[in-house]
Formats: sequence, structure tokens, C-alpha cells
Amino acid sequence: MSTPLSKRLFAGMAAASLGLAVTACGGDDKAANVDYDDSVTVGILHSLSGTMAISETTLAETEKMAIAEINAAGGVEVDGKSYKIEYIVEDGASDWPTFAEKSKKLIDQDQVPVVFGGWTSASRKAMLPVYESKNAFLYYPIQYEGQECSNNIFYTGATPNQQSEPATKFMYEKSPAAGKPFFLVGSDYVFPRTSNTITKEQLKSLGGEVVGEDYLPLGNTEVAPIIAKIKKALPDGGVIVNTLNGDQNVAFFKQIQDAGITPDNGYFVMSYSIAESEIKDIGTEFLEGHYGAWNYMMSIDTPASKTFAENYKKFTKDPGAVVADPQESAYNMVYLWKAAVEKAGTFDDDKVREALVGIEFDAPQGPVKVMPNHHLSQTVLIGEIGTDGQFKILESTDGPVAPQAWNQFEPSSKGFACDWTDAAKGEKYKL
Amino acid sequence: MQLLLESLFNGVAIGSVLLMAALGLAIVFGLMGVINLAHGELIMLGAYTTYVVQLIFKLPALQPVYNAYVLVALPLAFIVSGVVGILLERTVIRRLYGNPLETLLATWGVSLILQQFVRSVPLAHAAGLILALVLGFGLPLLLPSSLLAGPRARLVRAGSWAISALGGVLLAGGLASQITRIARATSRNVDVTAPKWMRGGIEFIDITFPVPRLVIIVITIVAVVGVTWFLNKSVWGMRIRAVTQNRSMSDCLGIPTDTVDVLTFGIGSGLAGVAGVAVSLLGSVGPNVGGSYIVGCFMVVVLGGVGNLLGTVLASFAIGMLTDLIGAGRLLTIWPDMPAPLAGAVNFFATTSMAQVMVFALIVVFLQFRPAGLFPQKGRMVEA
Repeated sequence: MSTPLSKRLFAGMAAASLGLAVTACGGDDKAANVDYDDSVTVGILHSLSGTMAISETTLAETEKMAIAEINAAGGVEVDGKSYKIEYIVEDGASDWPTFAEKSKKLIDQDQVPVVFGGWTSASRKAMLPVYESKNAFLYYPIQYEGQECSNNIFYTGATPNQQSEPATKFMYEKSPAAGKPFFLVGSDYVFPRTSNTITKEQLKSLGGEVVGEDYLPLGNTEVAPIIAKIKKALPDGGVIVNTLNGDQNVAFFKQIQDAGITPDNGYFVMSYSIAESEIKDIGTEFLEGHYGAWNYMMSIDTPASKTFAENYKKFTKDPGAVVADPQESAYNMVYLWKAAVEKAGTFDDDKVREALVGIEFDAPQGPVKVMPNHHLSQTVLIGEIGTDGQFKILESTDGPVAPQAWNQFEPSSKGFACDWTDAAKGEKYKL
Repeated sequence: MQLLLESLFNGVAIGSVLLMAALGLAIVFGLMGVINLAHGELIMLGAYTTYVVQLIFKLPALQPVYNAYVLVALPLAFIVSGVVGILLERTVIRRLYGNPLETLLATWGVSLILQQFVRSVPLAHAAGLILALVLGFGLPLLLPSSLLAGPRARLVRAGSWAISALGGVLLAGGLASQITRIARATSRNVDVTAPKWMRGGIEFIDITFPVPRLVIIVITIVAVVGVTWFLNKSVWGMRIRAVTQNRSMSDCLGIPTDTVDVLTFGIGSGLAGVAGVAVSLLGSVGPNVGGSYIVGCFMVVVLGGVGNLLGTVLASFAIGMLTDLIGAGRLLTIWPDMPAPLAGAVNFFATTSMAQVMVFALIVVFLQFRPAGLFPQKGRMVEA
């Protein structure tokens, strides 16, 4: 009796699969009519599958766009010769050991001079030993918890003193909830825990008060107990510092609104992982009136910022595409690498590393500069989320803020700094 | 009083999400003994169905009745997950009855396939595919049996499949051209926005009751009552129970056990789809959404006692209350001047992640004393 059924099934599958006919998409990249003397191949290593693919594919796209722009403008000039940049894209698959494995492949087999890659701190921590042992160079574009300073990694995202510290200060001193107590919510892993330790220490020195903190295990979206705690701890409103990860934000913002934890009732959420693309995903109606802090916001009203956003829309052929801080950071690092290579006059890692420090670049956010600790000095912006899904920029630091790899509020790293230009100082030295 | 009510509500709210998610599994795992690791993905399909229905109701023609889209999404999600579940039973699970380990591995594989499916196939095309399957299997059932048994049976079958395929292609094409958001495949999480009347909260004696939670509680009650009625009162429900208790005897008495298996599995899967609607109201919808519920589902079913609906109900509310009691640190509110060391311990566990550890630990301890759960089942499982 199984035969007729399987036959029917098969017929059904075949018939139904017709419905899957996908229209082929055409269009090739505009042919660059620039002559190059040679080419150089770099590595791009992001998660193109798995949980992190949502976020990381946008970085891979931005890096490709930067490379296309550089190529169209004549490529990289080294020693009087022009090089076209080619790239090999590898998939980290949201799996940290895979990041290490693919790094080895890019360095040993493909012999790339530089790898642009990573998003999560876990992926960076997995790759770090590979780059250190092979003396290769990784460019890492995401804002992170700091407390690390490798000679073999160049960090173009914000350190806590370039994001969370100005944000905490703003919320405590100038926001509508100024002077009110803080509640800290995060996903249960290294970034939120470190970031919240720093926030607690900073608030202590500002005279503020933390009335509670809670961590949601990764993948868990049951936020009812956290909401109950927030309502108990902050009966008259206050500041909620949010370092939740990815989808957990959706559950959190949807449910706090239903529970009456809204800006109208005096509750203001400051998030460190919500940029324009996340606003689009979560839905503006849940985020309106809450805050964010970044080095780049799409709403920056300068020609450089607008061109960046326009170019990205054209490059991805998606008129609704948004650009956000991590993408700007990924964009910058490709240009910074190009500048360093041209300054060094070679692709050799050690020389490029030396040349890198001190390089300045007119980024979409404004001027940035590579500091001796392999981080970038950048401007910090505080914004309020508006109905259009963009940040309304409320405050901006006067010019770029110098990065601190070792945090000055966190007790274990207080008084330490990092300087790779001086052999005697290195990774961690006492100030 | 207020505290008690708030705590009770929170416990019931958390518990009803768990119960809704586990109800289908209680049938599939409890009655049929099938370890279906793809249950979470059936929930996910229900959530995606809600998303697609929501987008369809945003079209200008349906805009006036937008507020009612959840009511349409509920039966549709049941059908979508039910059909996929039946397909899964017919193609994979049926061949593995009596081999729990192989079933476990195979359904895990299916769960990975389904996750990748929603990432790589545009939702418009997926909707067309499912319509084609529903029509393809459904049409022959509507035709008079003389046609299907007659000399032109092959022609009739082929014709009905052709019509189904056409319907599927039309739906896929129509959706893709009208709603650009589902015309392309994406691995991005999507968001279901509840209609206005289902947002916000209701104030009652100083406690805010979030409306989506209330809706989920209502859906859960309806589903549990419905399932209980079906299993105990309807003819097919009795057949299902008969097969659960003694398969070969039922077979001898003329109960079509094969059909009973399909039906049971279809209903269990359909309920997962309904759970998907509930889940989509709380968080975002993505390929991995099932993974976050599957462990909880098995936990509830095992704790409740395999094969017992009442056990499943009690177990999910017990876990819900416990999570709230520990996670929100309510013990300290109830008993503010408890001795310092005890207060320290309570505080330590009063975070969501530690509460989860504590709940798991308590369940492990409980199962040491009652390995078969709250209500052990006496009877036979589906055995080949």
C-alpha cells in the first residue's frame, strides 16, 4: 500500500516544485576600465550562514564595496605599481572554531596579506591565537568590550570609552531621566557582562545608582521575569541600559511596551547593539523615544555620510538598504589598510603594521586616526530613535575621542594602557 | 494580594507559552512515542505563516479587516504545520516506528533542512508550494471515489496535481509580485506586529496585564479544551486512544491504524503551528526560533508524564510559576526579613539565567523520585 502513496507524493513534489521556479537575476558589475600592473588578494571572513549571517553579510558587502571603489579609483599604489585588489570570501558559519580554521586557510594556503573579518567577541577570541602565532594581521570592525590589545589585530570599532561611557554620562546627566536609577539588562556572555561592570563602576563615580541587573541566556526570549523585576526596581521610571543580543531585543522591546515600560511613563532604554538595521528589523513603533550611542549614524548630515549611504544602496541594488556603524567601521578599515600599504610601500605585514599607526582618514563619520594601541580615535554620537527609523543626533563629542583598550573604570585594568609603537610598552603597561 | 495576583499571572503567562508549544509534542511524543526533534521547526513554520498572513492583510484590498488577521493566521498555521507534519510522517517517521534513536536523528536532520528551507526559499514560493501540496492531497478526497477507481484514475490524479501545481504557481507568483518583502529569500529575522487591539496592557488593581499574554492564554485554553474534547469524545479521538493502548488489537478490530497515525501526527504538528502564532506575538520570527522552544517542550512533556495531557498542563504551569518565583526574586518580596545567608542565595538565583539552572536542577531532582513524571502512563506506546 505504500507504493501508490509514494508515487502520489513524488508527483506532488515534482508538481509543487514548479512553484519554486526562481527568476534568474541578471546584471553584472560595471567593467572597470582601469589598467593595473598587478593584483593583490585579500581575505574577507564573515559568517555568511547561521545565526550571525543576518548581521555579518552586510559587513562583507560593505568591504566588497570599499574594494570596488578603491579599484575603480586605480587600485593600490605600491612602489610605483598599481595593484588591483581581489578578494577571497570565506564563511565563518557563525561557528567560532570555523573562524580559526578559515583564518589558517587564508593565511597559509591563500597567502593573503590581510584578513578583514569577525563580528562576535567569541569569533575574535577564537581567531586571535592564529594571527599571533602566524604573525598575520586581522582587521576587526565591531564595537566591543575592550580589555584586549593584540599586535596582530587592528580594531576599528568603538571601545567602551567611545560608546558606553559617554552614553552613561549622557543618560545620567542630560536625558529626561537624568539622576534617576539605572537597571542593566543584557544577554549572558562576555560583552554585556564586561560592559555592565564598567557602567556600574562609572555610575559609582558619577554618584548614580544601579538598582538591578539581569542577564538573559542566549536564545531565551522569555523576558517576563525581567519585566517584573524592572517594574519593582524602577517604580517611578529610570534608565535601562540594554546590551541584549540580536533577536532577544525584539522580544524585549515588544513586551516592555505592552507592560507599560515606555518613554511616556518615564522609562528610557539606552541600547549599545541597536543600529539602523536593527531598528528596521525590530520595528520603529517599539523603539521610538529610546536611545542609542554610536560613532556613525546614517542621519549624519554631511556629504561624506550621504554618499556612503547612497553608494551602498547602489552597490547592493536595494533602495531600502540602510547603513550603520558596524558597516562604516568595516568600510574604514579597508581604506585604512590601503593607506597603510601605500605609506609602507610594501604588503609586508610588519612594515604595514608600523605604517598603520598615525594614519588619518576622512571617514563617513568625519576624521578618524589610528592610535598606537591599534584602535581608532573616533567621534561619539548619542541619538534618539525617531519615527523614521533614524537617530536624531542629540549630542556629539567635540572631535574624536582617543580609544582606551584597557578600561579605566574596570578595576582589573585601571591604570593600564597599550602602545605597540614602543617595544618597551607593548600590550599592557602601567601608566 | 496584589503581589500574589501578579505572580500568579506571570506564572500562568510563562506557563501558557510553554504549554502551547508543548501541547503538540505531548500528542506526538506522548501518544505515539515519536521523538520529533523537528517540532520546534513546525512552530517556526506557524510563526512564518503568521508573518505572511500579516503581509497579505496589509494589501490595500484587505486593509479594512487588517485587525482580524490573527484569527485567519490561527487556522492557516494549523493547516501549514499540519500538512508539513503529515508529509514528514509519511516520508520519514513511518518507516522508523519502533526505532526511537533513528527517529531522533532523522527528525533532527529534518529540522536542519526546514531551517535552511526558510532561509533559501522566498516565502512567497514556500506559500505556493504548500498550497500545491494541500490541494494535491485534498482534491482527490473531494472527488467521488468512482472517478479515482475508474479506468481514467491515472488521468484524474494527474489532472488534480496539475491543477494544484497551477494553483501553487499562481499563488507564488501573485504573492511575489504584490508583496516585495517575501519575493526574495532572506535569512534575516522578520517581525510580526500585533494589530492595535492586541497591543498594550490592561490596568487592573494597579497591575498591568499585557494584552498579547492574555490572548495567548485564551488561545491555549481553547486549544487544550479542544484537544481534550477531541481525544475523549470524538470517534477518531477514541480510535487514537485505542491505538495508543493496544495497536495490534485495534488493528484486528478494524481500526485503520495507518490513518490514525497520520491523523495523530497531523494534529500534533498543527498544534505546533498554532503555537507558532502565539510565539510570533512575543518575539521575532527567524529560522532558529524553534530551537529556543524545543528543550522546554520536551522538559514539560517528560515532567508531566509521557502520554498524559493533564500532566503536561500541570507541568507547564509549575515550570512557569517556578521560573517567575525564582527569576524575579519574589521570595524576597514575600519574606523580606529572611536570614542573610538565605537572602544571598535567593538573590544569586534571581537572574533569568540562574533561574533556568535552578528550574532544571529541581526537575532533575524530581525525576529522581518520580522517573515517569507527574502522571505515569500505563499502557503501550506505538510499537512496530
